[in-house]
Amino acid sequence: MKTPANLDLPRLQALHALMWRIRAFEEAAIAAQREGLVLGAIHPSIGQEAVAAGVCANLDRADLLLSTHRGHGHTLAKGADALAMMRELFGRSGGTCGGKGGSMHIADFGVGMLGANGVVGANIPIAVGAAQALRLRGSDAIVTCIFGDGAINRGPFLEGLNWARVFDLPVLFVCEDNGFSATTRTAELTGGDGAAVRAESLGIPADSLDGNDLIALDAAARGAIAAVREGGGPRLLHCKTYRISGHTAVDPATYRPAEEVEDWRRACPIDRLAGTLEMAGIDPAALNDARRAAEAEMAEAMAAARASDWPDAALAFADVQDAGDPRERAF
Amino acid sequence: MARMSYLDAGRRALTEEMERDPAVWALGEDLGRGGVFGQYRGLQEMFGKDRVADTPISEACILGAAVGAAMTGTRPVVEMRFSDFALCAVDELVNQAAKARFMFGGQSRVPLVVREPIGMWRSSAAQHSQSLEAWYAHVPGLVVLCPATPADALGMLKSAIRCDDPVVLMEHKNLWALEGEVPEGEHLVPLGRAETVRAGRDLTLVTWSAMRQPCLKAAEALARDGIEVEVIDLRSLWPWDRDAVMESVARTGRLLVVHEAVAVAGFGAEIAASVAEALHPQLKTAVRRLGAPRIPIAYAPPMEDEVRVSEAKIIETARAMLAPERAG
Repeated sequence: MKTPANLDLPRLQALHALMWRIRAFEEAAIAAQREGLVLGAIHPSIGQEAVAAGVCANLDRADLLLSTHRGHGHTLAKGADALAMMRELFGRSGGTCGGKGGSMHIADFGVGMLGANGVVGANIPIAVGAAQALRLRGSDAIVTCIFGDGAINRGPFLEGLNWARVFDLPVLFVCEDNGFSATTRTAELTGGDGAAVRAESLGIPADSLDGNDLIALDAAARGAIAAVREGGGPRLLHCKTYRISGHTAVDPATYRPAEEVEDWRRACPIDRLAGTLEMAGIDPAALNDARRAAEAEMAEAMAAARASDWPDAALAFADVQDAGDPRERAF
Repeated sequence: MARMSYLDAGRRALTEEMERDPAVWALGEDLGRGGVFGQYRGLQEMFGKDRVADTPISEACILGAAVGAAMTGTRPVVEMRFSDFALCAVDELVNQAAKARFMFGGQSRVPLVVREPIGMWRSSAAQHSQSLEAWYAHVPGLVVLCPATPADALGMLKSAIRCDDPVVLMEHKNLWALEGEVPEGEHLVPLGRAETVRAGRDLTLVTWSAMRQPCLKAAEALARDGIEVEVIDLRSLWPWDRDAVMESVARTGRLLVVHEAVAVAGFGAEIAASVAEALHPQLKTAVRRLGAPRIPIAYAPPMEDEVRVSEAKIIETARAMLAPERAG
């Protein structure tokens, strides 16, 4: 294998460490669910970390991000605090949403992360509207909207992409294609050739990428984001990857052959980048340190989340609405 | 005071709020051509295409985009054309707009207004005639308003735009041409406050939207027979003015709720149940509701009229409630 020239090694090492943080966060969350500490459903993205890291590393803090029910990686990569996220999964006080949302509604507006979403494809219209508001306010920030391959068969995908084109909005769409619509193969459910050609048919430039190739993703995202930021209108990146974990953490995913999963395990984006970095002369011990540091960070987050208090039950009545606030009069 | 139509009052409200606050903008189909009923006439010329945006026929995206825009520092006013079409955007309203503030732990507000023209209007049939206000009143997080007069069309839309909650503002299509007195200058109607339109000692009649007028006419007819009906225009379904209704029924001992929507699980049921729970010992007769039968709305006038609550029906029901043999 040949090492590509002109690699930005410190940047790639940082992205390698970020991917390990995502992996370690989710492995800790899965372990915590087995212990009964994470009560609701979680949708791990193990094997898909390169998409989160490669895309989000190219966003500024002021840029906005809309994510999916499988959004831990995107949220961490946008800069959210791992402990606050872990507390949210545990439903504890100090969680990103105060324990009101859980895994599927993680949001951190402080870092421009406007929410995971429990409804497939629902984040697409929200993203284009956020972009429209940025324009009205004269901001030069952009919006990135990540969705899965299942979302391209929902109406809001068509409505939202068309909308972004006709209003020429600064949105980067990212289809994080793990091959499954929940637990059924998307290929069996999809006419035509998928996200990129559908985007192109609406006049939106699109690239299809190996979603496990961090270096390629990083470069493609950088280019697409620059084009969007310069006022070129929306773009789409179609990133083909695979989720090694089940649809949810408790899904044994027996609907696919073991060899297939093994093949993808060997194509792990983190190991793949590590291999490239080693060939470029990075000390394997340093790469291993990144892994250990990520695992230690997430073990600590898990312990701290476990020790955190439950939220006050009365907060169930807070942040419902101002007019007709249930704290003033519970009907 | 100036005389103005319900339609022009809504247009004045939006104009005033857009002039006052650059974060306010409108989006929907055909707005550049004035909107389907003319409620937006002239606004695109005044404020430009960015702030009065003509959208594709993509109801889900219209409302979803408004959610994103509302979470990003603007105050969108959404036009849904017919409330029936808003059903294409129920996820965006119910799962997204109504939930975002709560499920993100208060990190965001969703200050948007959804204008939904409701109600029966000249043989518009089953998909252009519905009154679904009770659906939205059922959803925590939403504010639901049903103005019945030009003054309220002005003052409630302005208050809705300034509210930090997602507001569903239901404007009745049959009221567009209704003329009435409208205050000059700034006019804001507080949300959740009913208007007692007519005082009376014998029976409390609670209504809203286009049923306000037949209710008032019925009250006038009953007054000629010495029956004094208190007419309350609820105006706001969520929050609803429980105090005004309870205070009135405690005095009259009789409650009749009248609405155009289907009676089954209509908002009248909520009011009737609340009054029955709170005031049972003071009631002189059973609470009553009048609404549409649970059938879709037909095109042909004789069939369409089957779902309409008539002035005659209101009078008949009120009389029955006051008849000594029925009292109890």
